Amino acid sequence: MSVDLEKILRPVDTPLPKFPAKYMTLANGQEMVVRQAERDEIPDILPHVEPLIHVERDFYNIVAARLYSELLAYYTYRVQDEYVLVAQIDGELAAIVNGRSVNPDVGMSYHTFSLRRGLRVGAHAFATKMEYHIDILKQKEVLIVAESGIGFRRWMIEYNLEKRFHIPHELGGCPSWSLTKELFDKARNTLVVGRRPVPEHLLEKAKAGILPPSDPPKGPEDLLAATRSMLDSTATSLIEMRRKHGGKIK
Amino acid sequence: MREVYVAGIGITSFSRLEYPLVEIAAYPGLMALRDSGLKKVDHLYVANMGGGRINGQTGLASAVVDHMSLTPAGAETIENGPASGASAIKQGYMAIASGMHDVVMVIGAERMREANPLEATDFVATLTHPQAEYIYGVTLPALAGMFTRLYMEKYGVTARHLAMVAVKNHKNAMDNFYAHLHEDITIEGILDSPEASTNNPYVADPLRFYDVCPVSDGGACLILATAEVMKKINKPMIRLAGIGQATDTHCVHERKDPTELLAVREAARQSFKMAGVKPSDVSVAELHDAFTILEIAESEEVGFFKKGEGHLALERGETQIGGKIPINPSGGLKAKGHPVGATGVGQAHEIVLQLRGEAGKRQVKNAKVGFTCNFGGFGNNVVCLTFIKE
Repeated sequence: MSVDLEKILRPVDTPLPKFPAKYMTLANGQEMVVRQAERDEIPDILPHVEPLIHVERDFYNIVAARLYSELLAYYTYRVQDEYVLVAQIDGELAAIVNGRSVNPDVGMSYHTFSLRRGLRVGAHAFATKMEYHIDILKQKEVLIVAESGIGFRRWMIEYNLEKRFHIPHELGGCPSWSLTKELFDKARNTLVVGRRPVPEHLLEKAKAGILPPSDPPKGPEDLLAATRSMLDSTATSLIEMRRKHGGKIK
Repeated sequence: MREVYVAGIGITSFSRLEYPLVEIAAYPGLMALRDSGLKKVDHLYVANMGGGRINGQTGLASAVVDHMSLTPAGAETIENGPASGASAIKQGYMAIASGMHDVVMVIGAERMREANPLEATDFVATLTHPQAEYIYGVTLPALAGMFTRLYMEKYGVTARHLAMVAVKNHKNAMDNFYAHLHEDITIEGILDSPEASTNNPYVADPLRFYDVCPVSDGGACLILATAEVMKKINKPMIRLAGIGQATDTHCVHERKDPTELLAVREAARQSFKMAGVKPSDVSVAELHDAFTILEIAESEEVGFFKKGEGHLALERGETQIGGKIPINPSGGLKAKGHPVGATGVGQAHEIVLQLRGEAGKRQVKNAKVGFTCNFGGFGNNVVCLTFIKE
């Protein structure tokens, strides 16, 4: 007797409404488009996430590692009812946000991952993700955790999230926090931005291809290299630091 | 008194530095030693404001002098609020000018980002009057917000003028590798677009996010030396020619007209007089723009522009690089960053770079006279320095 194991392993996705793309102007004047990434775009995204697994700063390493697995799980049908939104500036990947629908009333936020630091890129992407859950999926609440202090300030404090500590979050079983529709409505006029429809040229550029980030997050600079070089006759550490910065360090 | 020159300089990035405060101080010191070619110093002054409170590190100069293997040189920590850096330079100047020492190292260092933003704001607020201001919840952004509102009503400064200062200084910082913020912001992005109110929310009305400097870690160093020492090393002759310092009431509300920064006016006057130059002789200036309004107000008080006309000069582009008097080519506190105790030394570092002609893409052409204004408290203790290229 033959068994199609894949049919057993693969969860049956609930049809979810698509996220209608939006765009916003950043503080530097650039336009950022946020749109839903199709499943077949995941292989184009993964190579830009993987290098950040090795960036030991602001928990980029663990978030990148977890996000990588979530994207892979989405691509290979090993997670149920997941979605992925991408934020792009001139085609460049600026942020990735993902999550899933637990049931018609409850959403589960997975990760908010900025590949372009500053300019509220991550904050705008997170707000857009919440909009998807509350306004598009019509859910009553979204369960959220933070892995970094930056996330805690951006989500728990800025949105004044409610505690749902009795509900373990799917990310590590950590106590959950909740963004309710009421909290989202309070934040709507201050934290949630963006316009529709996205101008054709912006959307076309975004869909034409997910370009690599030109200035991805990096680990801390080794400012002690000069100190060490005083004790190191070969000055290896200083030479290495200069190399990293294209000779810009005196 | 003997003349005093800058023999060496060094600086760290002004950003978040994940190293102990002692090492943040030592790094620019070692860079300055290498820059000067000197191996030893007679004395070390370290400017710092928050080591004891934020980092649990008191007696910082004693720790740094040993960490840098500069013992048995004398060492002292200087704390004068956000004006600590220029105050320490003043001490270094006096030590050499008096004949007491020949080579003095002045370091400014701060590690503020170890504290969370609320703690950091509260720490800086301890500069205010404890009974008359602090207990009522006054913070420096709050004082600056009230100051800005008065300035707007009295002189016609608008939110657009404040944004122009931010845009200019962020643009300058794009060419400064050591600056905290490398964000080339635009008026559209922070003021005009539908998203501007979220990109640039109010912090202390009328001041918004991009009107306020970041909380930074960082260190900077100047090595000061006599003319005799300078003859032995092959460095440009940048003379610390003028120093002025003045104070004002501790409580801002006790001032007759809070829009007048009398300590800035007096400190600048003293500094120019000592140097034998006029404000119009200055080629490049670093002003203490912890809030965008302060760049405009200080540019008037130090004598670059008439009172109430700084924002008009800004409109005309006179404070840009290439303008009549470029202000904050480093990016200023606004974008280069503000590690409080290090800021005054960082300002002097930029001016020395400019006068040496080593400022790269942000170089002010033919810079001969440079000026810094290091603003402590809310203008109650100000130190101004004038440097001349010989």
